[in-house]
Amino acid sequence: MNDLSGKIAPGPFHHVGTRPVRPDGVEKVTGKAVFGPDFSVAGMLYGAILRSPHAHARIRGIDTRKAAALPGVKAVVTGADFPDLESLTVSAGESSGDIIHISRTCMAHEKVLYDGHAVAAVAATSARIAQEALALIAVDYEVLPHVLDPEAAMRDDAPLLHDGIFTKGIEPAPERPSNVPMKVALARGDAAAALAGAAAVAAGRYTTEFVHQGYIEPHVCVASWNADGQAQIWASSQGHFSIRALTASVLGMAQADIRVHPLEIGGGFGGKTGIYLEPVAMLLSRKAGRPVRLAMSRGEVFRATGPAPGAVIELRIGAAADGTLVGAEIDFIYNAGAYPGNTAHSGLICALGHYRLANARITGWEVLTNRPAVKAYRAPGAPQVNFAVESALDDLATQLGIDPIALRLKNAVIPGDAQPTGVPFGQIGYVECLEAARAHPHWSAPLGPNQGRGLAGGLWRSHGGPSTGEVGLAEDGTGLVAAGSPDIGGSRASMAIMAAETLGVPYEQVRVTIADTHSIGYSMVTGGSRTTFATGKAVIEAAEQVIATLRQRAAAMWNVAADTVEWRDGTAIRADGERLSIGQIAAKAAFSGGPIAASVGLNAAGYLPGFAVHICDVEVDPETGHVGVLRYTAVQDVGRAIHPAYVEGQLQGGAAQGIGWALNEAYAYDAQGRMENAGFLDYRMPVASDLPMIDTVMVEVPNPAHPYGVKGVGEAPIVPPLAAVANAVRAATGKRLPDLPLTPDRVHAAVHG
Amino acid sequence: MNKLVIAATVNGDPVEFLTDPGGSLLDALREELLLTGTKEGCGSGDCGACTVILDGEMVCSCLVFAAEAQGRQIATIEGVAEGGRLHPIQRKFLDHAALQCGFCTPGFIVAARSLLDRNPDPSESEVRYWLAGNLCRCTGYDKIVRAVLDAAAELRQERRVEGELAA
Repeated sequence: MNDLSGKIAPGPFHHVGTRPVRPDGVEKVTGKAVFGPDFSVAGMLYGAILRSPHAHARIRGIDTRKAAALPGVKAVVTGADFPDLESLTVSAGESSGDIIHISRTCMAHEKVLYDGHAVAAVAATSARIAQEALALIAVDYEVLPHVLDPEAAMRDDAPLLHDGIFTKGIEPAPERPSNVPMKVALARGDAAAALAGAAAVAAGRYTTEFVHQGYIEPHVCVASWNADGQAQIWASSQGHFSIRALTASVLGMAQADIRVHPLEIGGGFGGKTGIYLEPVAMLLSRKAGRPVRLAMSRGEVFRATGPAPGAVIELRIGAAADGTLVGAEIDFIYNAGAYPGNTAHSGLICALGHYRLANARITGWEVLTNRPAVKAYRAPGAPQVNFAVESALDDLATQLGIDPIALRLKNAVIPGDAQPTGVPFGQIGYVECLEAARAHPHWSAPLGPNQGRGLAGGLWRSHGGPSTGEVGLAEDGTGLVAAGSPDIGGSRASMAIMAAETLGVPYEQVRVTIADTHSIGYSMVTGGSRTTFATGKAVIEAAEQVIATLRQRAAAMWNVAADTVEWRDGTAIRADGERLSIGQIAAKAAFSGGPIAASVGLNAAGYLPGFAVHICDVEVDPETGHVGVLRYTAVQDVGRAIHPAYVEGQLQGGAAQGIGWALNEAYAYDAQGRMENAGFLDYRMPVASDLPMIDTVMVEVPNPAHPYGVKGVGEAPIVPPLAAVANAVRAATGKRLPDLPLTPDRVHAAVHG
Repeated sequence: MNKLVIAATVNGDPVEFLTDPGGSLLDALREELLLTGTKEGCGSGDCGACTVILDGEMVCSCLVFAAEAQGRQIATIEGVAEGGRLHPIQRKFLDHAALQCGFCTPGFIVAARSLLDRNPDPSESEVRYWLAGNLCRCTGYDKIVRAVLDAAAELRQERRVEGELAA
């Protein structure tokens, strides 16, 4: 870590910390920006997917002859068109998965595993003909018993989804397949003994439901696969390199033959880090010999893309009389849907990662059920277990008569404390967040009848990872930045700010492009709260290399040694004060050694977890059980905010999603295992009239491993809201409601029960 | 199935387009007229991304048959700016960083303009209820509401200045 410290720029800054208009802003407020569904090419066909009405069934046969014969139908695809694959674990966005499972998520083969599972696809000359063709496809299903509940799925007599999944992480390795792909565990000290000796113990069983990321733009892509084997895909995603790699693996293609063009993305929150449509559109395009657009309806998005896992969490946390946490035991089950989702590990790391605790045992299970396979959703795996832990801490504070912030401060991790992985924490700011929350007027504001205040803290581990950044100069000195990270919420602005700051030029003198997979080196997905940190580092380093070149060129033009030339405010300065601006040097670049550009590929190390503390006031209507959010404050250590308005926006958006998770959102299924609320009317996300203003406090404890001190900010804000809301409801009602969402019927029953 | 020929006025300009009898106004705008600023988020009138103004009334264009547009006036996001000059609501969305991904933004701007055309001085609560038919998953609505309130204040100021000049 030593080589990463001490490089942080001290400021003052010209651009870092300012709030300029984002470079892509006007296109997005005038309707000109081209999002996934807005793209089309000449000669394009319209695809559509037939989906399973059954939660679990064997496919005995698919008869597509009538559909193929319908005038206007140009191609039909089923699972039989997909190549057979060897099992292989591949990186899939923020987590990993088996390539066979990724392929089967795009198109079922032998079995369908959930309502909405794709079984066949067509491409036709119009969307209407494509829909008519779907109705002509006959699928012969043998309906099998299904299981939706994770605890039921763990039983020996449960319907088995996969014949080849054996629980990893238990000794000896099981000989029978099961619905349990993974056990994860972490233990230190003697938790049972510590709990036995604790002055107070908070215990509980908590549950959360399947919830969806709820991005407003449905999934869509256009694919064009040519006779020479080369293909292009246009899609909005959190990672076009991920689309290229996964599509190539599923179809057995070379990456050379797939060029993916990133379109503007209408929200993702983790849900657009993988693939669903792309291989299907590719196969349709190859058969038809024409480009194919394949788009999901909202119902398809709910039924067939990856929500966040539902959870069952049982825990006991004990404290000494002074509030010092002494021991904890946590057992949790994450319901991953049809295929392994690998989110249990995050639950393990984030459960107690924000507290010093000598004795802890945490065991997590991932369980498969007949629901769509889960996918990353903002801090994947962290909010569920945090909900239980932060609820229990609130109960401990009540039992011991200690202020909730004082209890947390007493146990909060500080720099140098061991992380759950054993590695010491770097420059983290949880204590600073708790102190800022305590100092905020919200914490001490008076409350009325039926009102309550809740608080919760939490962390997200964040990520660094591989990114490429390029900076080139136009002939007039314009800084042209290229990045491989899709801009999902203002990252062009933060890249432009960091590049302008480094080069010493005006913000408007830098322009940022999101380059396609054949135009820039690899970049991992926009996810894991990594882009401003990791891609930002690549862009800054490229800008620094450009400065080094500019100094050499200026020195050559002056015929002096390069180390006598200083770079300040976008200008080369000779020892005697003579100056050459970036524009003057760029104009002569062709004659001083050629165009000036630099490309940096790096694996960004030194990322630090983000810590957040949220305060929530609610009012509970005792007659209806309705919970209204009156006031909300989100405090977070953001390292340093490059564009504070977009950082605030991350805190506010994460809080709103967390409030929806706590109060309204849940997948509902009927007895046949069909999703009952696959639309925005019945899957109720917060609207403007459900929420108050969301106040933000950006605590800045800079990260020494980033030139401007950046920490990831996007995901931590969805971690505390579940418990912050639940703790507020407890304060308002005196009742601990352990099952999310806190719907009016549940709250009413608790209040009157 | 024969297509229908529909003649309407979109953003002040006369247009003609073809539609299936069951086709939506949203599909006609996007697929026939290539006005892709109006978005589809749900197709069931629940998200407001497809909001347009039809003869002065705010509607979800996914719930309107394209054939219903015959002879009527439609205003979309593409007509909100006047030439190269952004509408104050658009400028305030940028100033307040009231968009993250930007996908819901056209619907919000069209809806907000419809509000301010009717009510030049809305309260925060009135803004929140007027915009309750528009879903945003990125922002938590805070900056959107502030942008609309700030745009309303600027428009009131503009009207006062215009009134004083006229007097």
